[in-house]
Amino acid sequence: MKFDIILAGVGGQGVLSVSAIIASSAMQEGLAVKQSEVHGMSQRGGAVLANLRLSDRPIASDLIPRGSASLILSMEPLESLRYLEFLSADGTVITATNPVANIADYPPLDEVLAHVRGLPHALTIDAESLARKAGSARATNMVMVGAASPLLPVRFETLERFVQTIFAGKGAKVVETNLKALHAGRAAASE
Amino acid sequence: MNEMVLLGDEAVALAAVHAGLTAAYGYPGTPSTEILEYLIRRRREHGGPRAEWCANEKTAYEAALGVSYAGRRTMVTMKHVGLNVAADPFMNSALVTVNGGLVVAVADDPGMHSSQNEQDSRVFADFARVVCLEPASHQEAYDMTREAFDISERFHIPVMIRLVTRLAHSRGIVTVGEARAENPPHRDAHASAWVLLPGNARRQWRALLDRFDDIRAYVAASRFNTAEGGADGGFGVITAGLARNYFVENLEDLPARPAHLHVGAYPYPAAAIRAFVAPLTRVLLLEEGYPYIERALRGIVPPAQLDIQGRESGAVPPDGELNPDIVRAALSLPARTGVVVPGLSLPNRPPQLCAGCPHGDSFHSITAALSAFPDAIVTADIGCSTLGALPPYNAIETCVCMGASVGMAKGAADAGYHPVVAVIGDSTFLHSGVTPLMDAVAADTPMTLIILDNKTVAMTGGQPTLRSSSELEAVVRGLGVPPAHLHVVEAHPRRMAGNTEILRREVNHRGLSVVIGVRECIETAKRTKQEQSAAAARE
Repeated sequence: MKFDIILAGVGGQGVLSVSAIIASSAMQEGLAVKQSEVHGMSQRGGAVLANLRLSDRPIASDLIPRGSASLILSMEPLESLRYLEFLSADGTVITATNPVANIADYPPLDEVLAHVRGLPHALTIDAESLARKAGSARATNMVMVGAASPLLPVRFETLERFVQTIFAGKGAKVVETNLKALHAGRAAASE
Repeated sequence: MNEMVLLGDEAVALAAVHAGLTAAYGYPGTPSTEILEYLIRRRREHGGPRAEWCANEKTAYEAALGVSYAGRRTMVTMKHVGLNVAADPFMNSALVTVNGGLVVAVADDPGMHSSQNEQDSRVFADFARVVCLEPASHQEAYDMTREAFDISERFHIPVMIRLVTRLAHSRGIVTVGEARAENPPHRDAHASAWVLLPGNARRQWRALLDRFDDIRAYVAASRFNTAEGGADGGFGVITAGLARNYFVENLEDLPARPAHLHVGAYPYPAAAIRAFVAPLTRVLLLEEGYPYIERALRGIVPPAQLDIQGRESGAVPPDGELNPDIVRAALSLPARTGVVVPGLSLPNRPPQLCAGCPHGDSFHSITAALSAFPDAIVTADIGCSTLGALPPYNAIETCVCMGASVGMAKGAADAGYHPVVAVIGDSTFLHSGVTPLMDAVAADTPMTLIILDNKTVAMTGGQPTLRSSSELEAVVRGLGVPPAHLHVVEAHPRRMAGNTEILRREVNHRGLSVVIGVRECIETAKRTKQEQSAAAARE
């Protein structure tokens, strides 16, 4: 079993937290994991990409080869289209529909979403409103983890446990909000 | 528990602790920053070992030298271009008789994700004549760092650990070993080995060169250089660094397994390389960085019987970072394709200043103040302030190296331009801007220096600056900048008109002036607020 994930978004959207929760959960379940992150300059509002590789065999490369990713999980619709060269023919794109339009030439959102929905396996999630309902727009990234969860080779209970662990330092309220967001994302993906 | 999930940077940091580290120093720089951050966090939680940010890489290196002189184990961390700043102590420390183990952890940035060049530190290690170990996995990052301390004490030289971005910032599993105790303080009995007067330096240099037979023997026997036979006739592959992983990633698609030599310990094992290529007719060099082994192998008169392929032959691109697909093409395997959407073209999303960033307000003031001076030159520097080069600001013209804005402004003014304005962040100023400002004071250069004081080292994630914001004015005044032309202003939109007026006046002044624009980075301000509310929620 091999499951390569491209995690995409814009600096500040919590891409690295998404990566950390999925990676920790996979390791907990005994899978080999390599997780390559982007730090530094591009975190300043630029396009952010993380490579997350899960396998039941040793993994050589930290970077995902072209045409190999089982999943592109994006916090932002435009960014969900940036790395399609890495998606395998039967891979899935899951993206939040909420744009970060911090560039002057951001294309019309309808066009971007039409491109996504035209892909063979795609799922769009209004993650921000689900996160707000769960208690905070800041939990948008956990909605996306929930939305990806049916595809991930990881038990949902393990993801729940790591959401609790990672947010424990921020108080019970934050943990509760993020757990609700995780469940909301999973429910939306199953509809 | 002896299995841990660590960033490559963290594996180096933890290995240093387990090797008996007494003190570590560094200056933040992507992708090296997380080494010292890990040690600083650990010191806060466990009370040691000592780990501190320094003014720059040179001062950090010199502090580490002092620890080594006192007999204890030490590490200094920096990004590749930081080693240029520390080049003077680095080169000379190869000649002293290193006492306590001295490890130089340098993180290169092939592909220039967050850097102004992609220099390969293996070449620098060769220049200094020291051992360099280059990990290709998290486990090697840990094992090599531990071994580096032993090697440093065995050969009495600094030892370099060369990391690259994709290992420094990748997480993997590391099996850790037993911790070793710190060395007790003990001064070297032969202290004249550290007095590099010409007579001593000649002796020390020769002694270093004489040790090279032993160093080569160490490298020849190193478990980090590995050779495997192949089944592809006269074809073999030499890998260095992460290229090994990209090679292995493609291995199962190759019709026959080529012979494979991996180099992880330097000086490169020349005898092993000669023996490896002897039966080959074609060799492919895959190096994450410069074609360093390739150039040595090719030489000026290439071996007639051997087809040498790599970055210099065009089999691999001459620049940039490697990845599984580039290595795949070099191995003549068919390209993999992903999903292609016809007619889709996406706008780039370059990095930019955060909404509400104080630097943005400063750039607006600078542009407004200079609107009457179409010939003005604006030099600038490294850090978040470099983003002023991009739209919507387009406010600066140069970014070369730490502190260069100040010296370059002096030079441009000396060349006859007026007005000349230099823009630099507070941490970059403390790193390398103070000394060129002294030059400008001495010459009363007609230029205006604008220090953007956001009270943090912002680009690398908000490390504390070495002196607090409130002390910056005293530092500048102490250098001799005339008080009448030294201003501290608040970099806030509500002060825009007044700040612009002050800038316009000082830009017009035919002498040296300094304007410090102060407002905390919104990222660190937000983080402080979040930490406070989280602390309150826990109570």
